[in-house]
Amino acid sequence: MDLAFILPPFSSVLGELTTLILRHDFHAAAWQTFQAFAIGMFFAITGGIALGFIMGTSKTANNILGMWVNIFASAPLSSVVPVLMLLFGLGQLTVVVIVILFSIWIIALDTYAGVHHTSNSLKEMGRSFGANQRQLLVKILFWAALPEILAGVRLGLIRAVKGIVIGQLLLSVVALGRMFRTFSDNFQFEEFWALTLILFVFALLFSTLIGRLESKVEYYAGTRD
Amino acid sequence: MNTAVLEEVRSPMNKAIHVSLPDATTPTDPSANIVSVRGITKFYGSDVHALEDVNLDFPTGQMTTLLGPSGCGKTTLLKIIAGLLDSTSGEVMVKGKTVTSPGPERAFVFQDFALLPWATVTRNVAFGLELTGVPLKEREAKAKTYIEKVGLSGFEDKYPHELSGGMRQRVGLARALAVDADVLLMDEPFSAVDEQNRRKFQEDLLHLLSVEKKTVIFVTHSIEEAVYVSDQIVLLSPRPGRIHSIIRPELDRSSSPDDIRRDKVYLDTVEEIWGNIREYLD
Repeated sequence: MDLAFILPPFSSVLGELTTLILRHDFHAAAWQTFQAFAIGMFFAITGGIALGFIMGTSKTANNILGMWVNIFASAPLSSVVPVLMLLFGLGQLTVVVIVILFSIWIIALDTYAGVHHTSNSLKEMGRSFGANQRQLLVKILFWAALPEILAGVRLGLIRAVKGIVIGQLLLSVVALGRMFRTFSDNFQFEEFWALTLILFVFALLFSTLIGRLESKVEYYAGTRD
Repeated sequence: MNTAVLEEVRSPMNKAIHVSLPDATTPTDPSANIVSVRGITKFYGSDVHALEDVNLDFPTGQMTTLLGPSGCGKTTLLKIIAGLLDSTSGEVMVKGKTVTSPGPERAFVFQDFALLPWATVTRNVAFGLELTGVPLKEREAKAKTYIEKVGLSGFEDKYPHELSGGMRQRVGLARALAVDADVLLMDEPFSAVDEQNRRKFQEDLLHLLSVEKKTVIFVTHSIEEAVYVSDQIVLLSPRPGRIHSIIRPELDRSSSPDDIRRDKVYLDTVEEIWGNIREYLD
């Protein structure tokens, strides 16, 4: 059997890309996907940073939470997507939960690493000049851990993009997931690859944006000891 | 040359004097001694015995050095005085009051500088003032004054990684001076500074302190540095740290730095302390 149709010429994929970008159903699907992504990332970032700070500042919390965060960060979460579908239904909520679950753990782990490795003398300096707990957190620990936090957010974003693709493919009734399913079911591989390309570009774009933020704190990331 | 001959050529007013040790019951005079420690003992966990029953007075307006071999607990003692570490027993009194935590009358200068790497020289110097809520304009003006005093004019907007080790420690010193504490606690401030800069920095420090009139408690493992900068040297024995002796090198501080370093009292005191420390190393 000739399988060449699975890999159509790149030129026809690009041609399909322009038509796809102009399609209304694509706009609606992309917007829906982006919303789920943005909401999920908001909770993943705030939750992940908070979790990382709690683990980084309290030994007890780290003993209790550390193991679980590590398990979730390395677990193949795609396998729990069907369970999430049962729990949260076949709509946006499930996609949001998937985004959170895919990205929050790596953000928490990186934040923890940043907070945990803040030099002891910086903390002592804060205390000796009269910093209270809030000032220690906001004026010293947060900034000291920022390079790691941003690295965690960047990795979290990439994982979230993976999560959203896997989630929507498995759900295949909402947003871009449905388009993916339709294209592959109907052997429309130009469209299929065009859509994949768009998602790649988005993932790259987000990652580059965070990368630029990271480069702003790079000047001190290597000189913190 | 033997010691007897050395003793002869020393003028009676110009030699190192040994001071008797206070004990736990010696009353402290807050006007003469701004900081006193009584019966300080420190254990890390149950097996590391860092300090044993340390009793010391730090005279107001003078520079006292804690000197001793590695592991004698000198930094531990300094951090207990700073309120950064709790002692297992004993108490620290500052201006006659017992203290257990950091306070505005003490400012710390760190061995590794402890500068905020994301902040400029100005913000670093003003950081102590920022924490106590001094308005931006006021604290920046004050920072500028002290940046000038430590010789860093023109570097106000630089970041720590753009400065040499010596310059970074000048920022650390300016930060401690800016909060206008009575007592400066300095933990091996020159150990990460190269030799040439260290000498210049020591001279500048002495000059600055004579103007600012601070009490300084200084930790070092350099005997030469201790004798050069100190009014009073506290020699600690290795773990558990105890006071071996207190020495007051009576140097003529009005002479030039080079003359002080060639002074017989300076050289003899260095040798005498080395003799004492060598016992512990054998």
